[in-house]
Amino acid sequence: MRAMQPYETLDAVPAPLLDIRDLRVSFDTPHGLVKAVGGVSWSLSPGETLGIIGESGSGKSVGLEAIMGLIKSPPGHVSGQVLFDGRDVLTMAERDRRQLRGEKIAMIFQDAMSALNPSLTVGTQIAEVYRLRRKCSQAEAERKAIELMDRVKIPSAKTRVGCYPHEFSGGMCQRVMIATALALNPQILIADEPTTALDVTVQRQIMTLLAELQREDGMALVLITHDLGLVAETVDRAMVMYAGRIVESGPVDALFETPTHPYTRGLIRSMPRLDGASGALHAIGGTPPAAGRMPRGCAFHPRCEQRVDRCLTERPNLRMVAKGQAAACHLAEETRHD
Amino acid sequence: MPYLLRRFMQSLLLLFVLISFVFVVGRIIGDPALIMLGTSASETALDQLRENLGLNQPIWQQYLVFLGDLVQGDFGVSFRYGFSMMPSDALRAEGTPVLPIVLSRLPATFLLAGTALVLAFSLAVVLGCLAAMYPRSWIDNLVNVISLASVSVVQFWLGLILIIVFSVQLGLLPTGGYGSWQHLILPALTLAARPLGRISQVVRSAMLDELSKPYIAAARAKGVPEWRVVFVHALKNASIPIVTITGDELSQLLTGAMLVETVFAWPGIGLLLIDSLGRRDLPMVQAGICVVAALVILVNLAVDFAYTVLNPRIEMDNRGGRA
Amino acid sequence: MTAVDAQTLPQDEAHDRAAAITSRAYFGALMRDRVAFVSAIFLGLLLIAALGADLLAPYEPNQANLRARFVPPLGTARDGGFHLLGTDELGRDLFSRLMHGARVSMSIGLLGALCSGIVGITLGVLAGFYRGLLEDVLMRAVDGMMALPSLLIALFILFVIGPGFGNLILIFTLLHWMVFARMARSLTLNHQQHTYITAARAIGGSDRRIILTHLLPNMISPLIVLFTLEIAVLILSEASLSFLGFGVQAPQSSWGLMIARGREYISSAWWLVVMPGAAIFLTALALNLVAAWARAITDPVQRWRWLTPPRRNSQPIDDED
Repeated sequence: MRAMQPYETLDAVPAPLLDIRDLRVSFDTPHGLVKAVGGVSWSLSPGETLGIIGESGSGKSVGLEAIMGLIKSPPGHVSGQVLFDGRDVLTMAERDRRQLRGEKIAMIFQDAMSALNPSLTVGTQIAEVYRLRRKCSQAEAERKAIELMDRVKIPSAKTRVGCYPHEFSGGMCQRVMIATALALNPQILIADEPTTALDVTVQRQIMTLLAELQREDGMALVLITHDLGLVAETVDRAMVMYAGRIVESGPVDALFETPTHPYTRGLIRSMPRLDGASGALHAIGGTPPAAGRMPRGCAFHPRCEQRVDRCLTERPNLRMVAKGQAAACHLAEETRHD
Repeated sequence: MPYLLRRFMQSLLLLFVLISFVFVVGRIIGDPALIMLGTSASETALDQLRENLGLNQPIWQQYLVFLGDLVQGDFGVSFRYGFSMMPSDALRAEGTPVLPIVLSRLPATFLLAGTALVLAFSLAVVLGCLAAMYPRSWIDNLVNVISLASVSVVQFWLGLILIIVFSVQLGLLPTGGYGSWQHLILPALTLAARPLGRISQVVRSAMLDELSKPYIAAARAKGVPEWRVVFVHALKNASIPIVTITGDELSQLLTGAMLVETVFAWPGIGLLLIDSLGRRDLPMVQAGICVVAALVILVNLAVDFAYTVLNPRIEMDNRGGRA
Repeated sequence: MTAVDAQTLPQDEAHDRAAAITSRAYFGALMRDRVAFVSAIFLGLLLIAALGADLLAPYEPNQANLRARFVPPLGTARDGGFHLLGTDELGRDLFSRLMHGARVSMSIGLLGALCSGIVGITLGVLAGFYRGLLEDVLMRAVDGMMALPSLLIALFILFVIGPGFGNLILIFTLLHWMVFARMARSLTLNHQQHTYITAARAIGGSDRRIILTHLLPNMISPLIVLFTLEIAVLILSEASLSFLGFGVQAPQSSWGLMIARGREYISSAWWLVVMPGAAIFLTALALNLVAAWARAITDPVQRWRWLTPPRRNSQPIDDED
């Protein structure tokens, strides 16, 4: 049996649904070329839930935008491979890429109300792509919109289908977004911080809804968030991103029980505990590096309590540290998985 | 619809103020008899005219008479229209009622202004959208140059240049007059230059604003084709500033038409006003100004109405006035 | 025109003030924007031409020379005189006439903008500072007056009181103060929220002192931009009014009047129309370009683009693997 490559901790089974290989994204800025995502690889299998954890600026959202082909080519530069059903999204024609969006991969965003067009009705927006792709009538499209609104549990869908986004609350807007995403039955749903702008109770409702829909449709879910609690509850596998790279990855239980990378450990430690055992709240000192001002060596070393000299000069690569778990740290012991 | 009602009342008030202003300037600051007859007229002729026009009554009484006549559509009569400039003509009892003449010239001006606006608007929207879609490209630069140039050029000069090029040198089009589409082209193009520049600039900046908003990225992520993203999603939300500037430009068009009509001898209300000013035909001038100003106010009101249709939020927020 | 939003953080304010101090920095910035630089040079030359027309013009502007009628541009008259821009129907050199006309047109533009600016800014600042009824009334007046066609009203008033230089300035003041008032009020409202105003009041500064020494200096930049733009607007307005016969009157000559005169000979001597109009066009264009540059450079967000030399660096900033 060959040794499992580090990036393969994030490969579930052969023939994955989505296969990312060495994705890199950089941008031209007046201050020079800035790297947002550097060499990221992972994959997703049908029906599974993957979590991507990171702070702002870690490259988590940019990476997913690149996957959907939404990065404008100047000033952005994308390289690597994004294989969906064997076809590379990055080398596809724009027309084919656009076909994928909505039908195979859909995305929902953080601030749902501002992600909706304020001057179009909710019904129009939900069924818009459905109507364009299936070439159906307006009545048919409206019927579909009502059906989707019912699925996401928006009350009085028939009367509210002609309402405008500003007439809905934040949680309801997010449901509208989910309905829009589901319109063409995609195989993958990417949720970029779907609950960050919402109250805790509403968060719960939205996540429950997503889980339900996932179960019903067999959809894969990629959940991008900085909220560890959310990850712990909903996700099968997860990866932690920092400064545009993956620093740790693995099954979610292992990640929480035996975190290897100091950043992951810091994140978990800074979660307050309800049983009062946390004592003083812990925080990771310092701030993430600004894009374009990467430290030499390991990007995390300025904030790391355990750094050694090697960390200042040499950047650690992702290495296997336990079964199915990988981390990018010089101090993590490398184990080989047989 | 309290918002629209409020705007309507404001417009009426403005119109009333303007009419009073015309009265004040005409009767109080200026001496109508002197204006109409000129400084070389004899004293007796002046007195006679004053008597005919009722200028010896107390001012407030004149004002009421003026308003009363106005409401009945009587702006007075012209002694100049169609007659020579002899002072004695002014003393004749009969003359041609002014308002019908003014109104009869409106269609020609509307034709000119309408054509110019349609030309300018459609081209401006297309250019502005393209400039916003491809920032810093050659089309973006072109739009910037056009808008800058169109604000700096004097309209009547542009018209004269067009005449020089197309009529005098190339002999393709007539130098002026009315009657066929060939007569319409040059004046319409001249009049369209300024609104083209200003509207395209506003379209460009409004679209740039909108295209950077989150819902546009979300629409692209949904798989909406780019042309629809620009022309359906973004344009609808960018329409408020575009409608504002178009309304502004439309009211400017009416006055710009004055200059263009003069250059091209286009028989619209502008030319009538200029000729009347030259002929010292005070009643005609007063009527013309009131009519044009009323039109301008009407256009502004129509623009406000367009707001409520385009942006459903305005009606609900009940915001008053323009930003 | 939108008012410049002047809400900046304390450290940005200090930085901005530091950057503003060096006028050398501004000059360097002007050099970097070539278009604005050329425009500024043009305006400078124009100013020199206008002021020194008596000395610098090659010919007498009103001297008729019947042997040099209708000489085309770059042409030589029958008596051997070279005329850069040609001559008119009386044989008068166009270039010299343009230089003298510059004086009239530009002074009307400048004076008109100055007067309407003073009136407008005063009213606007008072409205923004004292709020209340004054502000309401003033803003209603502004909205109302701006809704009316100004050319028309100008013509009517000039028709009644008679044309001429002085009356023109009067009309312009009457019809153009609104733009200044609107911007001044908006700027005053913005700045009032800054703490240094409250501090000045706490020390016991009188209203007049606060306005003059604290508010106004900070509002100067966008107002100067507006002022420049308004000069261009007024030059164009004067040209239109003179063209229609209600502006400057003979024997004074402005560019607009020259176009009106030249119109008669449009089929034979096109330069009589084209040259004065081109002069107006280039002047207005230059003013607009300089104003656009000034607006960009006083906007704290965009300022870095001109004040810091550009770094041409296409290497990635962090290390590659």
